[in-house]
Amino acid sequence: MLSKKQARAFFLGGTLVTFLIFIGLTIYSFSKGNDQSNHENITESVVRGKMIWESNNCMGCHTLLGEGAYYAPELTKVIDRLNMKYNGQGEEVIKSILMSPVPWQPNGRKMVAYDMTEQEAEDVVEFFRWIGEIDLNGFDRIVSPLAKEDNNN
Amino acid sequence: MKYKSQKVAYWFFALSMLLLVLQLVYGFVMGFARIGFDNLHEFVPFNTARAVHTNLLVVWLLSGFMGAAYYIIPEEAQRELVSVKLAYVQLISLAVVGVVAVVGFHFNYWEGRKFLEIPRPLDFLVVINVLLFLGLILVTLFKGKRRTTTALVLSMGLLFAALLYLPGMLPFDSQVMDSFFRWWVVHLWVEGVWELIMGGILSFLLIKLTGVDREVIEKWLYVIVGLTFLSGVLGTGHHYYYIGVNKIWLIVGGIFSALEPLAFLAMALFAVNMYRKGEKKHPNKLALYWTLGAAIVSFVGAGLLGFAHTLPQTNLYTHGTLVTAMHAHLAFWGAYGMIVLAIISYSLPNMTGRKLYLTPRGRAAFWFSNIGMVGMTVAFGVAGVVQVYLERKFGMDFMAVQKEVSIHFVVLIICASVFTTGIIMYIIEFYKHGRPTDEALEASLE
Repeated sequence: MLSKKQARAFFLGGTLVTFLIFIGLTIYSFSKGNDQSNHENITESVVRGKMIWESNNCMGCHTLLGEGAYYAPELTKVIDRLNMKYNGQGEEVIKSILMSPVPWQPNGRKMVAYDMTEQEAEDVVEFFRWIGEIDLNGFDRIVSPLAKEDNNN
Repeated sequence: MKYKSQKVAYWFFALSMLLLVLQLVYGFVMGFARIGFDNLHEFVPFNTARAVHTNLLVVWLLSGFMGAAYYIIPEEAQRELVSVKLAYVQLISLAVVGVVAVVGFHFNYWEGRKFLEIPRPLDFLVVINVLLFLGLILVTLFKGKRRTTTALVLSMGLLFAALLYLPGMLPFDSQVMDSFFRWWVVHLWVEGVWELIMGGILSFLLIKLTGVDREVIEKWLYVIVGLTFLSGVLGTGHHYYYIGVNKIWLIVGGIFSALEPLAFLAMALFAVNMYRKGEKKHPNKLALYWTLGAAIVSFVGAGLLGFAHTLPQTNLYTHGTLVTAMHAHLAFWGAYGMIVLAIISYSLPNMTGRKLYLTPRGRAAFWFSNIGMVGMTVAFGVAGVVQVYLERKFGMDFMAVQKEVSIHFVVLIICASVFTTGIIMYIIEFYKHGRPTDEALEASLE
């Protein structure tokens, strides 16, 4: 029968080993050749876009990379999606929503009116463009309009 | 109650109850917005309500854990808390940081990172607050007459919870890196070190309520927390499947997160077996309800419902949908909400001297809140599955799908009302116990 000492050894040993493996895998994931986060294409505009994204808590309604609040659309492939819907005018549509001084209300569900400047809106679009080019292990196909087309056929 | 300083726990529990009520209010704001009644949009848009709802959850649970520690540690260490005054300073500063954060969310003062919305300057105050708390707990423990496994596991959980807050404060230019290290905080808290805290509280309650030998209970406590870390640390990988990191996490996360329910199963079996084995019939049956309930509901909510969408093949479709909200509600309620309510139910009669052990209202509070939460989980689950099929499988537009599932949010609001009724009854019971008193020192039944 298991003794208390053995149980403690199991707890401490198991924790130490799994945590070391976890650190090792983290280093492996971001090492050269294994990193697929599209890190090399981050520009100053993308960083500014990310700051705007965070400072307005956009994730409090939308999802991005599948993370957020499920109240408003997933934005990982938003440029592709709106390009399809608005004949290649996706980026312009995004900018006009962000620069609107009155709330955007698709199907009655309101978005905060952010009244952004052209530069701010452009930065957010750059951020979305960068997000859209990340290798997401197949999730990009699930949320992109092209995959939905395939599913429908 | 054996030590006067344990009374400080009462005020942490009272703060917990206050924040829980506020959390529910903001939950209703979101629920109504989802069915088209977002009349408060100008003052409380959805993203504000959401940030307040989730952050209040974290703060009321932390306040509950802290109260639990202030109650448990003196009794386990067999000495008074080293400084009651500093404990009150810590309580007030925790409340102030919480209030400033919540008010700030209404004025666009936040970080906009899911679950970690508290802005950076307040993060530093949180760190100072938690350091003060840990100092009080650890010094009491090490100056004490004995160091029990229960106290060590609880303290270790609280210490690691504080340390793991730090990766969430690292600044990154990349959304992927940001997300990656944010999960070090969020996942390793809720599926790691918080389970140590839960295990420590559960162990203390089982020792007190069942009378089973401490050595037996604490041995199994080690096994359970061992299983938790063995599966939970590498199980973090299930958050990394589709956020832009290497495919290795599909394999590692898939295997280890599939093992995560084992820790919760072990915890449920452990609690039920100790109850059956126990010969002591403690009159505080309500505390026993909440204790066993926490162990069982956490297995269903965190273990089974987590497993339902944790495999990469399933998660590919459910990632970023309401299916996550289904799992999250029952998991947080079972694993952490109920264990906080369990320690409150156990300690309150001991601190106040009023033995309201199993009143009809107390029993109704247990059943109403649990039935309401199960109903809410089902409503989220149905809405989530419908969303997955319509949006992810059949390619319907997000907003069109939201209209289709809005009826499930009517059900959600009805169930949330049942849940809230239970919580209100619990808080009335809390109030009826009165204030803690030194006269309860000898009167308590340990």
